Amino acid sequence: MMKRTLLIAAAVLGLAAPAFAAGETPVPPIHKWSFAGPFGTFDRAQLQRGFKVYREVCASCHSLNYVAFRNLHQPGGPEFSEAQVRALAAEYKVQDGPNEAGDMFERPGRPADHFPAPFPNENAAASANGGKAPPDLSLMPKARTYERGFPWFITDVFRQYSENGADYVTALLNGYEEAPQGFNVPQGGHYNHYYPGHVIAMPKPLSDGQVEYPKNEAGQPQVPETVDQYARDVTAFLMWTAEPHLEARKRLGFQVILFLIVLSGLLYFTKKKVWARVGGEVEGHATPPMTHNP
Amino acid sequence: MSAHPTTYVPKSAFGKWFESRLPIAGLIHSSFIAFPVPRNLTYFWTFGAILVFMLAAQIVTGVFLAMYYTPNAGLAFQSVEHIMRDVNYGWLIRYLHANGASMFFVAVYVHIFRNFYYGSYKAPREVLYILGVIIFLLMMATAFMGYVLPWGQMSFWGATVITNLFSAIPVVGETIVSYLWGGYSVGNPTLNRFFSLHYLLPFMIAGVVILHIWALHVPGQNNPTGIPIKSGKDAVPFTPYATIKDVFAVVVFMIFFAYWVFYMPNYLGHADNYIPANPAVTPAHIVPEWYFLPFYAILRAIPDKLGGVIAMGAAIVIWCFMPWLDTSKVRSTAYRPLYKQFFWIFVIVCFLLGWLGSRPAEGWYVIASQICTVYYFAHFLIILPVLGFVERPLPLPNSILESVMGVQKGGAGIPAGANPEPHSKG
Repeated sequence: MMKRTLLIAAAVLGLAAPAFAAGETPVPPIHKWSFAGPFGTFDRAQLQRGFKVYREVCASCHSLNYVAFRNLHQPGGPEFSEAQVRALAAEYKVQDGPNEAGDMFERPGRPADHFPAPFPNENAAASANGGKAPPDLSLMPKARTYERGFPWFITDVFRQYSENGADYVTALLNGYEEAPQGFNVPQGGHYNHYYPGHVIAMPKPLSDGQVEYPKNEAGQPQVPETVDQYARDVTAFLMWTAEPHLEARKRLGFQVILFLIVLSGLLYFTKKKVWARVGGEVEGHATPPMTHNP
Repeated sequence: MSAHPTTYVPKSAFGKWFESRLPIAGLIHSSFIAFPVPRNLTYFWTFGAILVFMLAAQIVTGVFLAMYYTPNAGLAFQSVEHIMRDVNYGWLIRYLHANGASMFFVAVYVHIFRNFYYGSYKAPREVLYILGVIIFLLMMATAFMGYVLPWGQMSFWGATVITNLFSAIPVVGETIVSYLWGGYSVGNPTLNRFFSLHYLLPFMIAGVVILHIWALHVPGQNNPTGIPIKSGKDAVPFTPYATIKDVFAVVVFMIFFAYWVFYMPNYLGHADNYIPANPAVTPAHIVPEWYFLPFYAILRAIPDKLGGVIAMGAAIVIWCFMPWLDTSKVRSTAYRPLYKQFFWIFVIVCFLLGWLGSRPAEGWYVIASQICTVYYFAHFLIILPVLGFVERPLPLPNSILESVMGVQKGGAGIPAGANPEPHSKG
């Protein structure tokens, strides 16, 4: 109920924002993520699809510097098999060296290698992309957010809304559209509904049917091959690259908090028993207002 | 600690031999076992123990982080990501440390406002209180430098903005800033010295904490009535009564702490700090951590740079003068009906300042910040001194025990006979 109210409120805000304050960045829609909430886990199939989107679309311009091939196999991630990861790594050429002769050389990738970046350095990346280097994607959903505003920033604490970044990234990937009448998009820029200021250097990266998804028995893709689906899948994948231990964190958190609640209960009764020796605990002071609710 | 001659008698022969050479067991016994504690302390008095726990937790997690962290402008960000991804439970240690800073400030603010409410700063606890203000200043410095270490965008630009404030100081300002930077802009030398100081200052805090506790054990603890312990019946020994209560409170606080660490670990930080520091790109809004926001609002409320820096510094230094600015003879706000209202207005103003500190400095936000800043200082400079003369406090109970009995009787709906209260509605 709370969630729905908030969704409606967010939707209203999203609609109201352009109407009341032209030029303000609209609020991204709030998605239902499998990794949200106290028991959230990643959807393995979604992470594997998201990785495919990254590999076939994003990777041509964006690096993934903090992620190693071996991470794709570790628990709590896409959990590709060890053989799959080894085969995947071998498809990449990785620079190594210097060898005994002092020369750098290229060899096939190994699971311990990190994803090779598409450009040798930031200047090369910038010059190949109209003057602006495409940012590394390893931390993207944690490195982006949007303004929640009062009172949502307080209610977020209680409903554990920390998927701001994921919602923003998905909205951005879905946010390419025709510039409204009278909006001047400068040379080399692209209009995006959700990008602050609306002018983004990245051209529309995704289009329907661009990435082929695994098929079910009937020969149909398991999920629709649409921009929206690609956007969600790649966002989920990037959420994992940003927070690879998210599942372990939430699992351990539940155990820790359960333990602490039990411990605090035991301590509470111990304390009561100890204080009973001096006639029980009496706190505070006598004042007129206090006598109503001692 | 020395104010309470110990009754401790070592039992073993070794104990007697050791005690006659270094009477540390007797010191611990008199300070944390036999030490008389007012029996009516509320849970607001457990925050001292919570703060000791937080300091220890920050030092322990920090020592482990320092084993993996690299204080180099080119490697710092990467080393933090290495801790988050590849070090066993590195993510846990780092989230504990990062959120621990916030929890430390939550606890210290409760502790400070408890002190304001119950007049703990008044004679004979002035030195104890001023030592507390010094601890708070050291905490601010430590937290600020700690936030710089991950070398993200907010680290870099926060460091740039805050260190630049010192340039407002006439004559020596520029020199101070170049010493802070170790050069002519925030860079690798800045990161190196901040890391060094970030490791040093917590141990200075620990030293001042020992003085703070020492100064506490001379007059003893204040309590909700504000009147001192008069007889043995007013007090209970620290152990087991206060210890078990403190341990319980610490564990409850740990639940609160764990909620942030495990479920909202990045909520109290800034997304921008997951972008590596880039001197060529300024973030849209440079905002300090939440616990600095009220002071940041005061800084920006003053249109003049030097004036803003002075106001921000004065906002904390003025606390040191409270024992003399507050002219009321009564300690506890429970017996000060007028001051009670001003106390809560002051709390609201502090929250408002915090919120305004997070807003961009434009439009009516600036005007609101200015009004709140004026009120903030008026609270100390006008309200506190004047109220002492105009307010008619409620009659004080004769002893803590009598007050406690009054609470019990009040609870049963019978007016406290031994405690005549003209305003009592009960």
